[in-house]
Amino acid sequence: MEITSTLFTAKAIYVGVIFAVTLGIATYSTYFERVVAAFMQDRVGPDRAGPFGILQPLADAVKMFMKEDFIPSQSSKWLFIAGPCLSMLTALLTSAVIPFGDTLDLGNGLMLDLQGIDVNIGILWVFGIVSLGVYGVLIGGWASNNKFALIGAIRAASQNISYELAMGLSIIAILMLSGSLSTKNIVEVQQGGHWNILYQPLGFVIFIVCAFAECNRTPFDLPECETELIGGYHTEYSSMKLGFYLFSEYINMFISGAVMATLYFGGYDYPGFTFMLEKFGNNVAVLLGVGALILKAIFFIFIFMWVRWTIPRFRYDQLMGLGWTGLIPLAMFNVVLTGAVMLFTVNEGGSNWITVAGSWAGVALMLVVTAFYSQLQYKKKKLATA
Amino acid sequence: MKLSNKTKVLEQGEMTFAERIYLPAIIGGMGTTLKHFFSKKVTIRYPEEKRYLGPVFRGEHILKRDEKGAERCTACGLCAVACPAEAISMVADERKKGEEHLYREEKYASVYEVNMLRCIFCGLCEEACPKQAIYLQHDKMVPVFDDRSQVIYGKDKLVEKMDNRYLREGWK
Repeated sequence: MEITSTLFTAKAIYVGVIFAVTLGIATYSTYFERVVAAFMQDRVGPDRAGPFGILQPLADAVKMFMKEDFIPSQSSKWLFIAGPCLSMLTALLTSAVIPFGDTLDLGNGLMLDLQGIDVNIGILWVFGIVSLGVYGVLIGGWASNNKFALIGAIRAASQNISYELAMGLSIIAILMLSGSLSTKNIVEVQQGGHWNILYQPLGFVIFIVCAFAECNRTPFDLPECETELIGGYHTEYSSMKLGFYLFSEYINMFISGAVMATLYFGGYDYPGFTFMLEKFGNNVAVLLGVGALILKAIFFIFIFMWVRWTIPRFRYDQLMGLGWTGLIPLAMFNVVLTGAVMLFTVNEGGSNWITVAGSWAGVALMLVVTAFYSQLQYKKKKLATA
Repeated sequence: MKLSNKTKVLEQGEMTFAERIYLPAIIGGMGTTLKHFFSKKVTIRYPEEKRYLGPVFRGEHILKRDEKGAERCTACGLCAVACPAEAISMVADERKKGEEHLYREEKYASVYEVNMLRCIFCGLCEEACPKQAIYLQHDKMVPVFDDRSQVIYGKDKLVEKMDNRYLREGWK
């Protein structure tokens, strides 16, 4: 009884800490977004509120809360309120299954798993919640009773559905490698530097592109493109309801960064883990692993911002074309390639570098063949027009 | 009709394979932005850092004194006449005996006011002045005010301080 209650308290504290860290990183993402944007445009960004402007998120929050909370008269009121709430809820739910660290030793034989819940369908949970996330946008856009908001919502829905397919297919290759749906198992298989990125270069590219689309980030930010749709689905929103929408986008960025780190970059694994384990004991090594995972996630947030301030958004037909005729066939090829490499190396006793070489060679072969084929088509067309 | 030989006919052919998979172009673009990320920033943090505005910038007015510290202004009123915004007004007075060290000419301005809300900083007063008494300083702007009572500058604000003399580039 005693042990159970201590473990319960420890878990509750852990959940609270993860919640706070997620919100904190999302808060400061808004600041770093502006700083990164400014730096890439040779400016300095916000630097007035506090030293280097680090109090800027606080000022923004105050501004958001102080603004008039406007609800259009012809909107359906409850759905209008439910939209941002749902967005926020789904954004926060996902972090439950991400293993932020290995097991922490609390003494007295108490072991605390640094993971919200280790469900054996962890990655399916992530997908389920992420799919639900589009409902927040959809409901908010529909309830606004505004054409632009509705178009934004429809775009968001179709875009998310299209890119979820390719995302799911790229995950299947990971599942084949690790043989489990549990995020914990997927991370444990990658321990000691056997990161999935080495075996799944193509899968990772597909996954990151889909993650951009799922987070509605540039170049896939069509649901909220200002030039065409005013503000997209959040046109009618103001005050903290708008804040929730914007905030959930940053939480999603952090979570998808953490998921990418978990699936492809070894989760909480870092070089020198065994050395730290011998030198400083279990707990220090494990906590460093938590830091490593969060650093990886933050690095992905930077990539998200970097891409946002580099490239313009796609046209809608290009977006659909890329999703359905580009990424889904590629993801299918990736599944076949992974299977083939596994089949050929099964007799080698799973020798590592052969698997790695096979994966990369397969991708290279695919690129060469496609390039050759498209060159042929190109010449044929040229002959036809000449 | 062709106006020059500079026109170039753009022919957008079909995209090549490298262009169609987007990634090379995207990575190239990301390289460009990363270069700018680490490059020198062009921002001037204004209230703390000020840019040199040049020797001909027309800022806050000053009533010059001569080398001995006597006021140059003789209250002729030419500046007030020249002023297109009618921002300058003055009251003339006669120099008493014993005030030679205060005023250079026999007539001086006992009151000299510039309305900074009216002034358009054209510099015509400076050009009109026959005694080289009034100048628009090139290195000092009129500070921000928050009350209308602060807008009319009298002699207390305009006359040059002897411990902080105004020198323009090219003067001795």
